[in-house]
Amino acid sequence: MAQSPTTLSVEEVARLAALARIDLTTEELEHFAPQLEVILDSVASVSEVARADVPPTSHALPLTNVFRADEVRESLPVEAVLANAPASEDDRFRVPRILGED
Amino acid sequence: MAEVTTTAELMDYDEAMERFDPVLGLEVHVELNTASKMFCGCSTAFGADPNTQTCPVCLGLPGSLPVVNGTAVESAIRIGLALNCEVATWCRFSRKNYFYPDMPKDYQVSQYDEPICFDGHVDLEVNGDVFRIEIERVHMEEDAGKLVHQGGDTGRIHGADHSLVDYNRAGVPLMEIVTKPIRGLGTRAPEVGRAYMAHLRDLMVALGVSHARMEQGNLRCDANVSLMPKGSDELGTRTETKNVNSLRSVEGALRFEIQRQGALLAEGGRVVQETRHWHEEGWTSPGRSKETAEDYRYFPEPDLVPVAPSREWVEQLRASLPEPPASKRTRLQAEYGFTDLQMRDVLGNAGSLDLIEATVLAGSSAAAARKWWLGELARRANDAGVDLADLTITPQQVAAVQALVDEGSLNDKLARQVIEGVLAGEGEPAQVVADRGLAVVSDEGALSQAVDEAIAANPDVAERIREGKVQAAGALIGAVMKAMRGQADAARVRELILQKLS
Amino acid sequence: MSQAHDILTSSAAGLVAAMEAGTWSCEQITRTHLDQIEALNPHVNSYLAVDAERALATARSIDARRAGGEKLGPLAGVPIAVKDLLCYAGLPTTAGSRILEGWMPPYDSTVVERLVAADLVILGKTNLDEFAMGSSTETSAYGTSRNPWDLDRVPGGSGGGSSSSVAAFMAPLAIGTDTGGSIRQPASVTGTVGVKPTYGGVSRYGIIAMASSLDQAGPCARTVEDAALLHEVIGGHDPRDSTSIDQPLPDVVAAARHGDVAGMRIGVVTELGGEGYAPGVEQRFTEAVALLREAGAEIVEVSCPHFVHAMAAYYLIMPAEVSSNLARFDAMRYGLRVGDDGENSTEDVMRASRGAGFGAEVKRRIMLGTYALSSGYYDAYYGSAQKVRTLIVRDFEAAFEACDVLISPSTPTTAFKIGERIDDPLAMYKADLCTIPSNLAGNASGSFPIGLAPEDGLPVGLQVMAPPMADDRVYRVGAAIERFLEQQWGRSMMAMAPRLEHSLLDDQGGN
Ligand SMILES: [Mg+2]
Ligand SMILES: [Zn+2]
Repeated sequence: MAQSPTTLSVEEVARLAALARIDLTTEELEHFAPQLEVILDSVASVSEVARADVPPTSHALPLTNVFRADEVRESLPVEAVLANAPASEDDRFRVPRILGED
Repeated sequence: MAEVTTTAELMDYDEAMERFDPVLGLEVHVELNTASKMFCGCSTAFGADPNTQTCPVCLGLPGSLPVVNGTAVESAIRIGLALNCEVATWCRFSRKNYFYPDMPKDYQVSQYDEPICFDGHVDLEVNGDVFRIEIERVHMEEDAGKLVHQGGDTGRIHGADHSLVDYNRAGVPLMEIVTKPIRGLGTRAPEVGRAYMAHLRDLMVALGVSHARMEQGNLRCDANVSLMPKGSDELGTRTETKNVNSLRSVEGALRFEIQRQGALLAEGGRVVQETRHWHEEGWTSPGRSKETAEDYRYFPEPDLVPVAPSREWVEQLRASLPEPPASKRTRLQAEYGFTDLQMRDVLGNAGSLDLIEATVLAGSSAAAARKWWLGELARRANDAGVDLADLTITPQQVAAVQALVDEGSLNDKLARQVIEGVLAGEGEPAQVVADRGLAVVSDEGALSQAVDEAIAANPDVAERIREGKVQAAGALIGAVMKAMRGQADAARVRELILQKLS
Repeated sequence: MSQAHDILTSSAAGLVAAMEAGTWSCEQITRTHLDQIEALNPHVNSYLAVDAERALATARSIDARRAGGEKLGPLAGVPIAVKDLLCYAGLPTTAGSRILEGWMPPYDSTVVERLVAADLVILGKTNLDEFAMGSSTETSAYGTSRNPWDLDRVPGGSGGGSSSSVAAFMAPLAIGTDTGGSIRQPASVTGTVGVKPTYGGVSRYGIIAMASSLDQAGPCARTVEDAALLHEVIGGHDPRDSTSIDQPLPDVVAAARHGDVAGMRIGVVTELGGEGYAPGVEQRFTEAVALLREAGAEIVEVSCPHFVHAMAAYYLIMPAEVSSNLARFDAMRYGLRVGDDGENSTEDVMRASRGAGFGAEVKRRIMLGTYALSSGYYDAYYGSAQKVRTLIVRDFEAAFEACDVLISPSTPTTAFKIGERIDDPLAMYKADLCTIPSNLAGNASGSFPIGLAPEDGLPVGLQVMAPPMADDRVYRVGAAIERFLEQQWGRSMMAMAPRLEHSLLDDQGGN
């Protein structure tokens, strides 16, 4: 994959945008596709460098077992919780109708 | 409720069993009973006003960060050990990325390829047969918020014009217990599925890690079912029925899917891999098809550091495990001398065995303890619609009442009144006896006088007794008890009557 | 010199001394900075929000407490600017994005909490690239900040609001955050000091996340001592951040005051130089190396062979984390909501809001990260990048066996022109070439001014990298180079900055 240039079609970018829940215009899709392709090409070298025997690093420093005691702390007042809500009703966040599940 | 229409054709269950072998996979989510949430200090208490148990962390506000609840990790390890699992020496949390309005961060912090516990098993005894259920994994994650759908006619999502979100449940610790594919159950599959769920419920209670109230959603089952044609070794396409939340429903959903899939396959159709929804009326309906399933883009949660339980800690937790429920049942049945029939009654009453055990430990006989908890108290719990364990009387108090009966200070009827008083919050049994004036009258003079009066008032009966018709004494005993307002020892009254009329 | 000039050009340490001596009150100092902001901010665009009233009220209360004989902390009463990525209740926090316009956080970040507890006076919130994604502040939804050395050039990024506020004397101190270089690169191109502490050295709680495993907040200042004083205030363990290190901070202030490099082994990283580096940058860097050698340091050449792959690994790991961290901006609980007309579904509204609320660079990175994590690509991209991260950590470990610190230029070039790289993402990304390895490895790293590039007269920075939890070594080397250069020049770096029109500074520029 690193040898041959990555190809990223407009359709592929549209699929990524859908996965990421971002509406993109046709112009944006056409603008982003070649840009993302160039970037992906420039980063593809990692798969050549990364040998099988090298362990991955997910955390910069080797900390483990950071736990808190199971103690109740004060929650936010409900007014503060809802203060930034685009819409609310009955002390709940109001969201548009949800499709696709029952 | 929407009209109940099961468009699916169902195959007769027995016929399905002749033609196919069912394969089950059960994923059970257990809400822990920690005081605070998985990653923040908000309370997990049930039933609070909407969004009053939320903070920057469990609302997923920009900039907030999670910190793991140590008790939740401890509970996860104890659950794993009780299911005979290995405990990971090192594991991480991952992010499961998908957008949904009940998920504040639009990812769930969960575990992916590194669960904290894995490779366990439980042996279930179901009506004399033992089935081994292999456990794939136990992992830690967080619950989502609660959606209410508005504007539709049924409160369902379809037809609703908007929804409301309460994030009080968001971030409550969840343990997900996943079985390996369970084969070889044959016709017993639905029954074993139910028994497995009951076993997990009892186990969680015994471990003290969850309230395990299925009706409150503390225990939720996703049931995977597929069918293999008899003689075949190839797994069929499976369906996953979501949120099956009672023992009866687990059995029902498994049975329904076996019959539905059987009918489909027999016609030469194919099972669609999908999630399905369980309806309490006894059927399942299709949900999201897996062909359009999300790509969850799991990756290690960078805001949390790995969990590496030391072997010393694991061994400490292993040593703290309670006796496994199955061996405890066998042991107590033998110790208490309960018949199989009596034991079935005990096990049919959730939590009663533990209550009986505690009552016996407080000094009662096993027979008396069983009589109270399965009789008077079970009736009262039932009337109040609560679990036995939630009655406001302790095993110690029940044992104290029984002790008063044993020493002759209370008869059965008075004892029931004392129980009533304790349940009504009138204090300890001795207090109730004193306040209500319930003790059996032991003043021989008063008792003798009452007997004399009863004899005088019923000369015919007295005559028959004198003639040797001892069974007629009952009528006189009744009269004396009535006069004494029940507070007399009936056996002593009988003795006195016979003495006086001999 | 006017009093305003003296106040504005003073170091933070100098301001505290003046307040303690009774020369200036905190209110005077605060008011002067607010005046400078009012005069200059329209031209430099460092601040997105100014909190004049609260700042003055705080200042007055500090004056009263000082007058009452109370012993205050080492930075008490010093004005400070805070990058608009940190939550501070009472002021909007935008992250430079349209999607968070007007968002009022109901809580304070730990860093802000510590600033307030240490009695610093928060002047306002500074501009940044949208969600800290950029090297120029050009991706901010609220306009580009300008480089005080040349208003047609960028002040670096993402922390260009913080760097320019300090460089334009609109604050003596500022808070920055650094994911791939966003403290050090802006410091370098504005002639100021910026330090990225060891990952886990400063709490991330309350700082809007870009890439959680890389982000780290740190100090921006005009002197090394000031940076160290601020580092000490904001650093140290925080139980609300699981990645926070539960160990005492190294004594960075002592290191900044002593600044002695005699006997230190200093490694020059071979891979961070050569082709692509501006001649003036290389020249000043070479001179700085010579100066350190003269001061008694032993200079060795070190190779870190995997550093050439750092940028590739970074542009996979960072966007992957970005794609997940920015999912929460979904128009459900806070932030911009678009298209909620009663017909559109939740999903429609999420997509429309994110489409309208995010700028181009943010969208690029989210899609890049979504791609790198998606099934079928994870191993080749994200998985491989994490392995490269291991190799870079190992390069550092090997180098630190041989050296106490590593050095390089902070950036390959001086400040570039506004607009020059905005539609060429790769060119933009190269600004962080030297700074990225320390984010991947989590070690401490800082940038210190070492003069002007002869070809354009713009500032050049020296990067000093130290092992994790050895942040004091960064300050030791930074303080040494600062002292030697000031002796050589006879004035401070910032005294060479051109006087900006509208500035309250006297004609002589800085001092
Ligand atoms: Mg799950
Ligand atoms: Zn919370």
